[in-house]
Amino acid sequence: MAANNFRHALFCSIITLIISYPIIGFNLEAQGINVTLTGADASTVVMVLLAAVIVFLFQLFRDQIMGTLRSLPHPLPQSSKEPMAENRRAKIESWVLTGIVVLALFWPFFVSRGAVDLATLVLIYIMLALGLNVVVGLAGLLDLGYVAFYAVGAYTFALLSQYLGISFWLALPIGALLAALFGLVLGFPVLRLRGDYLAIVTLGFGEIIRILLNNWTTLTGGPNGIGGIPDPTLFGMEFGRRVKEEGNTSFHETFGIAYSGEHKVIFLYLIALVLAVFTALVIRRFMRMPVGRAWEALREDEIAARSLGLSRTAVKLSAFTIGAFFAGFAGTVFASKQGFISPESFVFLESAIILAIVVLGGMGSQIGVVLAAIAVTILPELAREFSEYRMLIFGAAMVLMMVWRPQGLMPMRRIHIELKRQE
Amino acid sequence: MLVLEDVHTHYGKIEALHGVSVEVKKGEIVSLIGANGAGKTTLLMTVCGNPRASAGRIFLEGKEITNESTAQIMRSGISIVPEGRRVFSGLTVEENLHMGGFFNTKAEIRKSQQHVYELFPRLKEREHQRAGTMSGGEQQMLAIGRALMSRPNMIILDEPSLGLAPLIIKQIFEIIGQLREEGITVFLVEQNAHQALNLADRGYVLETGKIRLHDTGKNLLENPDVQNAYLGG
Repeated sequence: MAANNFRHALFCSIITLIISYPIIGFNLEAQGINVTLTGADASTVVMVLLAAVIVFLFQLFRDQIMGTLRSLPHPLPQSSKEPMAENRRAKIESWVLTGIVVLALFWPFFVSRGAVDLATLVLIYIMLALGLNVVVGLAGLLDLGYVAFYAVGAYTFALLSQYLGISFWLALPIGALLAALFGLVLGFPVLRLRGDYLAIVTLGFGEIIRILLNNWTTLTGGPNGIGGIPDPTLFGMEFGRRVKEEGNTSFHETFGIAYSGEHKVIFLYLIALVLAVFTALVIRRFMRMPVGRAWEALREDEIAARSLGLSRTAVKLSAFTIGAFFAGFAGTVFASKQGFISPESFVFLESAIILAIVVLGGMGSQIGVVLAAIAVTILPELAREFSEYRMLIFGAAMVLMMVWRPQGLMPMRRIHIELKRQE
Repeated sequence: MLVLEDVHTHYGKIEALHGVSVEVKKGEIVSLIGANGAGKTTLLMTVCGNPRASAGRIFLEGKEITNESTAQIMRSGISIVPEGRRVFSGLTVEENLHMGGFFNTKAEIRKSQQHVYELFPRLKEREHQRAGTMSGGEQQMLAIGRALMSRPNMIILDEPSLGLAPLIIKQIFEIIGQLREEGITVFLVEQNAHQALNLADRGYVLETGKIRLHDTGKNLLENPDVQNAYLGG
């Protein structure tokens, strides 16, 4: 036992050394055209050695340490707590959510411009994740090309404004509907496939859209992208310093306040917030409608669902189309926020991140997905100081999540009552 | 009520049913027995249109359904309890039942739900429990209850006794007898030949994709060939 522990501890500390020394201990420096390898200074080496020693000691006395930890009283004795009554929980939940939305409405007036900008991005991801949640979390269709619908929404707005001069508010429904149409068209041939096969075909579709946008230079500008996408207006009021379009007025002049670049950022944030709340409410409605139950039934057991007379194609297509619709929504907002889009924004990594948000948040759970969207978007920004390591931290956080909470941050809760033990 | 005329079914190139003719009359319990791989489940699935019959015709209440879609067939007064129960394990008992009445109005659902709870008081007790956490027998009851929610004229049961304790099997068969009294036609597919034939008005014996024997349930029970092959001598 002791010898075994010792061997294991030695092995672990050596692994620690092997992994951390090359990452932390070596630096590549560019000197002119040459790259030189320099070793780290003495203090870093000492830190690495110290880490190895700590790992060694912990592994050696693991049994004792874990033993004392376990004998401590549990900090959150949840197991002995009575579960809250379902209707009370639902009531508290809706109050808290309303409170958060109201706070979010006023919040941008008190923080920096960068924070508001980041928050807008978070809201776009929330919309995307809520939409994908319908497809993956509720209907159980693994879609790896979701970003394609996002791209359709963004490019619809960009192209419409460039060629026809259509404004944001008109492009918003058009972009969403066009994305939904793409979802419908893609869905028809694809939905007879299942699981891995479906994932690969959707992945292919995502790439096709991106490559198409990249190469159709005459229409989309190819890798150069499309710039000069107009900002949204408020009843014909523009947020720029000078009015760009004939017949519009400018916001700051109408209200007689000094021009500030922040107005536009805050306005975009508020639009994104309203749309995100709208997305959440509509999808919540869908979840409680028969079609929502049909999605879940089909995910749980396809044969049983079909034996009850549900049409497999209709149910899957509805999920796909609705998911795509909200991606189109998010795409339009994104195009407007950036003012410039190129195929680079719609690579597979985007799909993967949105999927990660859904999985991290807990499949099918709206609150979970919102929390995960916030975490996944903000964490890399917070970790900007250790910019070299932030992907490392991001990856580690994901792995730890999956180990500790494989069901996601806030797994979907179905209405049910725990049975009292009969004794 | 349900008529199969010389039905052939193929899986790819392999023919699984070689011209099967079966008739189930209104108000009857008809049992179909046969060994593993005889094609019992294939026959049922063909009735549901998945896979489609490659030749022959199927009629439900006088209307031909051979080429209808599965979803359409399952909405025309027929219900199937698929093999291996297949309840929605993540949904509660009540939600499972509501799925069964998917195309009915709310009032109809309430009524048939009440009726199912009368047939299976156990399901009422477990109304808000997740279906996946119940025992096999309870899940089978739920599967039957779910099939009854659409108020079918005819119910098809695929191996309802599969993997259940003898006492539970007895209960399930009692319920099936009760369904006949309510005027629901029952088409029962079973490996448990003794009980299935005992209950049935008529029975068919399916062997390697063909109907071998067809008689009343009682006669089949006494038939020495059937006794040898399916009733353990």
